[in-house]
Amino acid sequence: MKSLPVRNEPSEPCATSCSRRRFASVAAAAAAGWLLTGCGPKRLREMPRDRLRRALDEMEREYSVQQGRPVKVADTPPLPGVLFGYALDLSRCIGCRRCVYACVEENNQSRDPQVHWIRVLQMEKEKGIDFREANPYYQPAEVPEEGHFYVPVACQQCRNAPCVKTCPTGATWTEPDGIVVIDYDWCIGCRCCMAACPYGARHFNWTRPAIPKDELNPATHYLGNRPRPQGVVEKCTFCIQRVRNGRYPACVEVCPAGARKFGNLLDPESEIRYIIDNKRVLVLKEELNTLPKFFYFYGT
Amino acid sequence: MTFARRFARFVRGSVRLVLAGNGLYWGWVALLAVLIGSGVAAYADQVSTGLVLTSMRDQVSWGFYIGNFTFLVGVAAAAVVLVIPAYVYDWKPIREIVIFGELLAVSAIVMCLLFVMVDIGHPERFWHLVPPWGHLNIPRSILAWDAVVLNAYLAVNFVVVTHILYRAFCGRHYEKRLVIPLVLLSIPMAVGIHTVTAFLYNGLAARPYWNSSILAPQFLASAFCSGPAILLVVLQLLRRFTRFEIQDEAIWKIAELMAYAMFLNLFLHGAEAFKEYYSDTEHLLYTRYWFEGLDGHRTLVGYAWTAVALNVSAFVLFIVPAARRNRVTLNLGCLATYSGCYIEKGMGLIIPGMTPDTLGEIYEYVPSITELRVAAGVFAIGFLVFTLMLKVAVPISLGEFQDDVPAAAPVVPAIV
Repeated sequence: MKSLPVRNEPSEPCATSCSRRRFASVAAAAAAGWLLTGCGPKRLREMPRDRLRRALDEMEREYSVQQGRPVKVADTPPLPGVLFGYALDLSRCIGCRRCVYACVEENNQSRDPQVHWIRVLQMEKEKGIDFREANPYYQPAEVPEEGHFYVPVACQQCRNAPCVKTCPTGATWTEPDGIVVIDYDWCIGCRCCMAACPYGARHFNWTRPAIPKDELNPATHYLGNRPRPQGVVEKCTFCIQRVRNGRYPACVEVCPAGARKFGNLLDPESEIRYIIDNKRVLVLKEELNTLPKFFYFYGT
Repeated sequence: MTFARRFARFVRGSVRLVLAGNGLYWGWVALLAVLIGSGVAAYADQVSTGLVLTSMRDQVSWGFYIGNFTFLVGVAAAAVVLVIPAYVYDWKPIREIVIFGELLAVSAIVMCLLFVMVDIGHPERFWHLVPPWGHLNIPRSILAWDAVVLNAYLAVNFVVVTHILYRAFCGRHYEKRLVIPLVLLSIPMAVGIHTVTAFLYNGLAARPYWNSSILAPQFLASAFCSGPAILLVVLQLLRRFTRFEIQDEAIWKIAELMAYAMFLNLFLHGAEAFKEYYSDTEHLLYTRYWFEGLDGHRTLVGYAWTAVALNVSAFVLFIVPAARRNRVTLNLGCLATYSGCYIEKGMGLIIPGMTPDTLGEIYEYVPSITELRVAAGVFAIGFLVFTLMLKVAVPISLGEFQDDVPAAAPVVPAIV
């Protein structure tokens, strides 16, 4: 009979396979843990409320240190049953640009270089609304000028927003109250949304935005007027930090001609609904099917 | 173990090949290195100061970088011009050189991805579109689709060329079950990357100049001109400086294919120009800015007509058999094609698309020095990648760089 070879190291292979298995399971657990935290929501849009608040506390600390005084970053949620809408009376607007600068101050746009969320276009009465003939750089001593009218343009808060569609990272979206917002910490600055916007409403921070310390509005909202970094896109949010607390947007308050109207489209008793029901209302570039919630009308 | 050792030999051998070269080679590499250095310095400024160092502004929010990106996607897609006859019709003369088309595609995609990276405001956030860590807005965002298809195309081409070359190094034929399906896949993918890139612009109703369904076909047509134009020059250089034999038939066939592609390109442009001018709607504005200038703003007019002249003469040179067989006119044709398509697809596509802007303002865009330096740096990186890959690929294809094969007959270069 043939003798069997002696196995003098029987435990060796087992030991390696055991430790390998243990290593594999530990590694798998570590990887799973890392993935779970890694996959957790990082966009402000999907953060659970408590984590969001912690993130905003962090922002408040950062901004307060930068500014040398307390800065608040609110997370006021949308109100149920509210869909914001805007109407602008073309027959009243005198082109004074008060709205432009009230917006800059309220929403902490960069002063140098200047970023304006509202662009007031001067147009000729003879030609009607024609962007080819528009002049955004009119500078007479006094407005309005004879034979002209004025069309202020900011974000039209489209219901079918081309900007939201194009964003590759989902850094911009429409809130339940109809405001299109941007997560400045998630935007990669590719500017697809700017190419897609038919209203020139989106603005890029081509360099670090500069605001003199004492001019920063410390009452901010995380989806609106909190300070922005260089290299991201920003735009009008209907003053989300105000309107979610029942106030008017800054441009509505400042308009000396009373040309700007704002309210809840879902409330049949609201002024905005009265205008839509009773005035000659139009939207810009209707043929693009963007379905703006920003209406223009002729009040008189 | 043998694999690891063999792979180490492959790496060591490759490094030796890359480091060996004459004065001309080192001069070329030094030139590229200088351009890369200057580009990196300019880009460092751009990152710290912001994209304000470019000439882009809110009115013209994409410019030179995105123009180059678009053009190079076409170059990458054009590898398919070679792949189709090589693998599908099994046409031998082209089959021998298809590997260089694929290497060109790899280098072009590298440049494409770099051009997107240098254009975005927060390059360090690129992972925001890499799932599972980020959020990729698919299926709605076309840029998200573009990121997927470009990277997949890069991966496919990279795998195919490295596999074929490494196998040849080992003295073995490539794995047919791996290569053939991947190559067949790369054909629709090449069409795909360029179509998706066209859709990136095409889908934007805010920009009438782009919002025309002729855009994707026209992109493909011009890609099938410009990609082979580069390749033809490269192939002649290879023939000149290495022992690599490239048959005249292959070169003439590619030139003939380019003539058809250029005809299609000119035809599609003509169709678009006719529609714009004859219907004469407000959308004509952008085409007029390109060909005629608007209100005295005429920066692009010279480029527009230069591109037309170059493309027409390239077509004539390639459609006449005697001209494409003559070395001088052939190379003139390549140069004309390349520069014609480069102008028309870079500046000619992006800038008129955004001028006048959506509210009617005319901002005349001309690339800044920073943009030119960064772009030159990106091109230099692409050319360097291509040069180094060729430096290894050519000797392998010639059977000069091969691992010691145990016994048996030395295997013929296993490229085909």
